[in-house]
Amino acid sequence: MMRKVTFPHMGESYRTFKMLLNDLGNEVVLPPRPSRKTLNLGVQYAPEFACFPLKILMGTYLETIEKGANVLVTSGGVGPCRAGLYAELHKRILHDMGHPVEMIVFEPPRLYPLNFIRNVYKLNPKRLSIKSIIECIKRAWRKLQALDNAEKATHVVRPRELTPGTTTKTYKKVLEWIDAAYTMDEIIEAEKAALEEIYKIPQDPERLVLKVGIVGEIYVLLEPASNLEIEETLGNLGVEVERSMFLTGWTRDNTWKETVEGMTVKDAAMPYLPELIGGHGRDSIGNTVLYAKRNFDGVIQLAPFTCIPEIVAKTILTSVSRDYNIPVLTFFLDEQTGKAGMTTRLEAFVDLMKRKKLLRKTGKILRPASAL
Amino acid sequence: MIRIGIPSALFYYVYYPMWKVFFEELGAQVVSSGKTTKKLLDNGVREALADACVPVKVFFGHAIALKDKVDYLFIPRIVCLNNKTVYCPKFLGLPDMVRYGLENMPPIIDVRIDTRTRRNALFKAFYSVGKLLNAKSLKIFKAYVKARMAQLRFQKILRRGFQPLEAIDIIFNHKKIKPVTGDGRLNFAIVGYPYTIHDQYISVDIIGKLRRMGINVVTVDNLHPLLLKLQRYKLGKRLFWTFTDRTLRAAYYFAGRKDIDGIIHVTAFGCGPDSILDKFIQINNGSNKIPFMSLTIDEHSGEAGLGTRLEAFVDMVKRKKRSEQ
Repeated sequence: MMRKVTFPHMGESYRTFKMLLNDLGNEVVLPPRPSRKTLNLGVQYAPEFACFPLKILMGTYLETIEKGANVLVTSGGVGPCRAGLYAELHKRILHDMGHPVEMIVFEPPRLYPLNFIRNVYKLNPKRLSIKSIIECIKRAWRKLQALDNAEKATHVVRPRELTPGTTTKTYKKVLEWIDAAYTMDEIIEAEKAALEEIYKIPQDPERLVLKVGIVGEIYVLLEPASNLEIEETLGNLGVEVERSMFLTGWTRDNTWKETVEGMTVKDAAMPYLPELIGGHGRDSIGNTVLYAKRNFDGVIQLAPFTCIPEIVAKTILTSVSRDYNIPVLTFFLDEQTGKAGMTTRLEAFVDLMKRKKLLRKTGKILRPASAL
Repeated sequence: MIRIGIPSALFYYVYYPMWKVFFEELGAQVVSSGKTTKKLLDNGVREALADACVPVKVFFGHAIALKDKVDYLFIPRIVCLNNKTVYCPKFLGLPDMVRYGLENMPPIIDVRIDTRTRRNALFKAFYSVGKLLNAKSLKIFKAYVKARMAQLRFQKILRRGFQPLEAIDIIFNHKKIKPVTGDGRLNFAIVGYPYTIHDQYISVDIIGKLRRMGINVVTVDNLHPLLLKLQRYKLGKRLFWTFTDRTLRAAYYFAGRKDIDGIIHVTAFGCGPDSILDKFIQINNGSNKIPFMSLTIDEHSGEAGLGTRLEAFVDMVKRKKRSEQ
């Protein structure tokens, strides 16, 4: 039987994984962007209280299985976040439904080196040499970085754009450039061109732009379909967002440069939560502290409904918010979250931050209308 | 005399005898918050995050109830006790949640216990707590030994078929309770976490209700730890959390026992680990053809609703049994 490989959809990262898996000689079924249909499928077959990412993934798997996929590549984990068990649960449910799919689960390579080697071997039907596999992975990594950098650029430009919507349009265009790039040189060149194109968008330098940090659980941060494109919505409201997490690593460079003490996220969270509670609970706290130290106007926490680490973090964040005088807004996301409700809450939050900022700048309380 | 507060929630049902004996041997007075009441739960619900599970809200309520009655609150950060599995993230962050989520709390003793990082972690944790109370080393050691003995006695009573609250009554109040069993009755296994099953308020006294219907009840707490350790579950991966791992093993064990007529899984609304556990138990029991019911409880659970579901389940099992005879 022909092996057809698929993987979870996470932002724009699928462009990279498609290239990497193709290079290794696999036929790839592209996961579709999570939609209403994905959610309905996921909700139907996943346990009720499973967190949002599990339901989306469940739906994605079922959609791709419909298209003929029979090998699912995903990540594992060692806890205490339950995401580490999701691959096992997905497998059970899919087998129970009568889909004999094969699951290839990548555990953290440092703890399970053998698992990593075995998985790479399974995904390498072309039998490439180790050297060329490493070359492929390097190239894929570079492409992932290019995609992340383009996304970061849109976060800066979108709140300042003169004509609403230009950034999103340009971003869609340049993504295709990066997508088409194949060799290392092409990727670097595409990235350069993409960034230039984004920064070329006409901007308004006078505009009052707020800076907001986004913290929370990795999947809902990275998959815009799951957080209802919160970054785009915020950008259109005149907010420059900085996300605390990207697939290619933390925004560590920034945090090191701009904080006086040169704190790491862990150091910052230590006084509040000395224990690693799994998921990204401690990072949420640490990043909030760092954003506050860097004089951000606010922080938004995104978490799937019933996500335990983020519930613990949220309980503690009320104290952080008070201690550092930084507004924190939390969204617990699930299949019931509506875009209109979210936008209303965001608008109110942005108004609040704008008033606060103007008050600090001018010492006067201004009406929101004139603040715009 | 120093007063130490131990909230009667979460770990209370598993380690209370050990902690109580230890502190009393050191000359401290132990104050616990007693049974969960409506007022207590309401306080917890008001202060805790809406998305937290009921047991955590109950814990908040108990912590608030002890606020003005004690000098210290004892909320240890139990990370790992068996070198393999850890506790739910909510337990790991429990002292911090209480410290930063509630106002005007007394100082919290939050000793960290993780047997993976150091040898004799349990003793060392107790030792540091003892030192905090200015006790002499020898006295701490004696208290520790006595505490462990009390815990062994507690577990022994549990294995005779008593539930944790009854066992605590037997040890500390010297009550004489007869085990509620009888021949020819149905045997039900209740699986789930001790702090949801045995909290009579939030579980709406499910054990008492079943017993009154003439059913013998066994829970995970009545099983020997070794028995659970030897029980296999055909999973590629061990479940990360101690209580969840224990519950899944127990569910598999009960499913393999011929004399168990039904299994009830009691879970709290929004419980993270249970979302996975429940599905696994469900798939397993489906293939074993054992009557299985999953009961979700939360702060709104009502006496009548739960009672009706239990009665229906019991009737169903009885009919199945009659038709087999």
